[in-house]
Amino acid sequence: MADARRRGLPIIARNVRVARGDATLLDDVDVTIPADERTFILGPNGSGKSTLLRVLHGLQRPTAGEVLWGGAATHPSGQAMVFQRPVMLRRSAAGNLRYALALSGVRGAEAERRIDEALGEVGLRHLRRRAARALSGGEQQRLALARAWSLAPEVLFLDEPTASLDPSATRAVEDIVRDIHARGTTIVMTTHNLAQAKRLADSIVFLHGGRVTEHTPAEKFFRAPRSREAQTLLEGERL
Amino acid sequence: MKRRSFLASLMLVALATTTAPVAADEPFIVVASTTSTEQSGIKVRVVAVGTGQALDIGRRGDADVVFVHARSAEEKFLAEGQGVKRYPVMYNDFVLIGPKSDPAKVAGGHDIVAAFQKIEASKLPFVSRGDRSGTHIAELELWKTAGIDIDKAKGPWYRDTGQGMGPALNTAASMNAYILADRGTWLSFKNRGDLEIVVEGDKRLFNQYGVMLVNPEKHPNVKQDLGQKFIDWLVSPRGQSVIASYKIDGQQLFFPNAGSDA
Amino acid sequence: MSTFSESLLVAVGLIVHLDPHLTGIVLLSLRVSLTATLVAALIGLPLGAWIAVSRFPGRDALIAVLNAMMGLPPVVVGLVIYLLLSRAGPLGSWGLLFTPTAMVIAQTVLIAPILAALSRQVIADAWTEYREQLTSLGATPFGGALTLLWDTRYSLATVLLAGFGRAIAEVGAVIIVGGNIDGVTRVMTTTIALETSKGDLPLALGLGTTLIALTLILNLAAQATKSWARARFG
Repeated sequence: MADARRRGLPIIARNVRVARGDATLLDDVDVTIPADERTFILGPNGSGKSTLLRVLHGLQRPTAGEVLWGGAATHPSGQAMVFQRPVMLRRSAAGNLRYALALSGVRGAEAERRIDEALGEVGLRHLRRRAARALSGGEQQRLALARAWSLAPEVLFLDEPTASLDPSATRAVEDIVRDIHARGTTIVMTTHNLAQAKRLADSIVFLHGGRVTEHTPAEKFFRAPRSREAQTLLEGERL
Repeated sequence: MKRRSFLASLMLVALATTTAPVAADEPFIVVASTTSTEQSGIKVRVVAVGTGQALDIGRRGDADVVFVHARSAEEKFLAEGQGVKRYPVMYNDFVLIGPKSDPAKVAGGHDIVAAFQKIEASKLPFVSRGDRSGTHIAELELWKTAGIDIDKAKGPWYRDTGQGMGPALNTAASMNAYILADRGTWLSFKNRGDLEIVVEGDKRLFNQYGVMLVNPEKHPNVKQDLGQKFIDWLVSPRGQSVIASYKIDGQQLFFPNAGSDA
Repeated sequence: MSTFSESLLVAVGLIVHLDPHLTGIVLLSLRVSLTATLVAALIGLPLGAWIAVSRFPGRDALIAVLNAMMGLPPVVVGLVIYLLLSRAGPLGSWGLLFTPTAMVIAQTVLIAPILAALSRQVIADAWTEYREQLTSLGATPFGGALTLLWDTRYSLATVLLAGFGRAIAEVGAVIIVGGNIDGVTRVMTTTIALETSKGDLPLALGLGTTLIALTLILNLAAQATKSWARARFG
C-alpha cells in the first residue's frame, strides 16, 4: 500500500549533538536515512543508538545541529515507533488500535477495516476483544506492530523490539517487519542481535561513543567493517 | 400572602443560647414555627450560637432577627443602629454548678456574689465560657459586682475555655470545677459527673432574653415583614403561652415577660 | 467502657429502626459530600493531569503549594468561605450562607487540592511509562493526560475515595458555613458535635459508629469493584 505523500523522507541529521547534563550522548552526527530501505543502527552498549533513533523520530530534540524530514525542519506525521517494551492502554487490543487511528484522524468504518486487517496480519484477530495488558509479551509486541501497521506509516522506527522475546516470538516479529516494509514503509531499527541485523538489514549505521563511524550497505559491513570498534563487535559475536 | 411567604421565605433567626442549641431551644423554636407556619407560613431557621457571635451575624446582615440574652450587648447593638427595637420576651435564671464535695462551702446558699468571692479566695477550679455569650457576659458582670478584677485575678484555677455551654459543662464535669450555667442547659445536660446546683435564686442570676429585628436600612436583604411578624408572635399572648408551656422533665424552662421593661 | 458498649447498642438501634430524622441527616451528609467530591474532581483531576504533563517555570513551587494545601484546616476554609458568602462579604448577594450549597462549596474547596495533588502523582507516574508512545502516536501532552485520566481510573478511584472520606468526616467547615440548622444544614459530623456538647455521649458515639461503618462500606464496595474490573479489563 504505497502512500502517495512522500513528505518526510529522506531524513537528514546534520551536526547533531545531544547532551544531557555532563554526558554527551550523541556527538557531531551526520546521517541520511533514505526512503524504502531497512536501515539498522548498531553499536555497543551506551553508544547512543536509542538516542539517535529518538532524534530521527522527533521524540528528542538535539542540543545542537538539525534534523530535516524531506527537507523540512518540522516533524511530519506519518511516522510510528515500536519500543522495546510495548506500551498498551488499559483497553482491548482493538481499542488500542482504535485510539491510535483516531489520533491520526481515521475513524468509523475505515478504522474498523484497518483494525481487522492489521490484527489479521499479526495473527491476533482472535484476541481483538481481550484486554491488551493481559496479553503475553510476544502478543503485546505483535499488537504494537499491528498498531503501527494500521497507521500505514511512511517510516517505522523500532527500538530493539525483540530484546525481551523468545526465538519464536522474535521470528514472528521479524516476519511482520518484512511485511510492513514490503508494503512501502521505510524501516529504521536498532538491535543487539547481530544475526537479526544480518537477516533483515539493507544498510548499517554503526555508532560508537555517540559518533557515527560508518554507514555502509549491510553485506559490505558484515564482510569487512571499516572501524576497529565494529570489527571488535563482530568478533565478539563470532566468539 | 400565605403561600407566597411559605414558598419564598426562609427566615433566619440567630438565636443566642447558653443552652446546648437543641435541648432547650430547638423544640421551642420548632413549636413556634409550626404554629406560625399555620398562621403565617413562616419557616424559621435557627442558627444557634452565643450572644456575641449572634449579634455579629446580625451586624453582617446574615440574619433577619436576633434573639439573645445580654442586655448590655443588645443596647450596644441598638446604639450602633444595627437593630430596630428591643422587645423583652422571656427570662430564666442562671445557676452556679459545682462539685458535690463543694470545697468552697457555698452549697445551698442564695448569694452568688459571696459564692464567687469564696471561690476566688481559695483559687478553686472555675470554668468560664470565655466566648462573649450571654452567660459569659453575665459571669463577667458578677465578678465585677464582687469587686474582683478577673483579668488580674485569673490564674491556673480559672479555666477560660472559649466554648459553648454544653462543651463547657463537659469540661467542668471532668475537672470537678465550678461553672455558671443557665438552668435550661443544665436541666437537659446528661453528662453531669459529680456536679450539682450549688447556688440559685439570687436576683442577680436573672437572665433576660430580648429579640430585635436587624435594621433593614443597614441591610436591605432583611426580611422585614416576616421578621416583624415573628417578633409580634413571640410577644403575643399565643406565643407567650407556648413559651410558658415548654418543659423539660416537668420543669418550666422559660418565663414569659413581654411588655415588661426588663 | 460502658459508654462504648452503650453506644454500640445505640448505633445498632438507630440503624435498625431507620429513624427518619437520622436518615435525613445521613442523606444530607451523603448529598453534600458526594456533590463536593464530584465538583472537586471536575476541577482537580484535569488540573492535576495538566501539572503532571506540563513543564513551566515555577512548576515545582506549584506542586509544593498544592501538596501543602492538602492539609488545609477545615475551620480555616469554613471561615474564609463564610466571609465570602456573608451578606457583608463580596458574594453576599448570592444569599448562600447557611445553606447546603455553602457546605458543598466549602468542602469542594477543601478537597480539590487533595484530588489535584494525588491525581498529579498518579498521572505523572503513568506519564513516565506512556509519554514516548503517546507522543509518537501524535498525542499532545494535555490530550495524553486526558487519555491517562481514563487509563488510570482504578488508581483515581482511590483518589476520589480519599477526597470523599475527607469531606464526609470533616466538621469545621460545614458547621461555620452551614450553621448546623436542624433539618436544613445538619449533617452527621455536626450532629455528633452537637450531641457531644449536650453530654449525650452514647448517642454521639453511636452516630460516629454509623459514620465509620458507612465510610467502610463505601470503601469496601469500591475495592470490590476495582478488583472485578481489573480482572476483567487488565
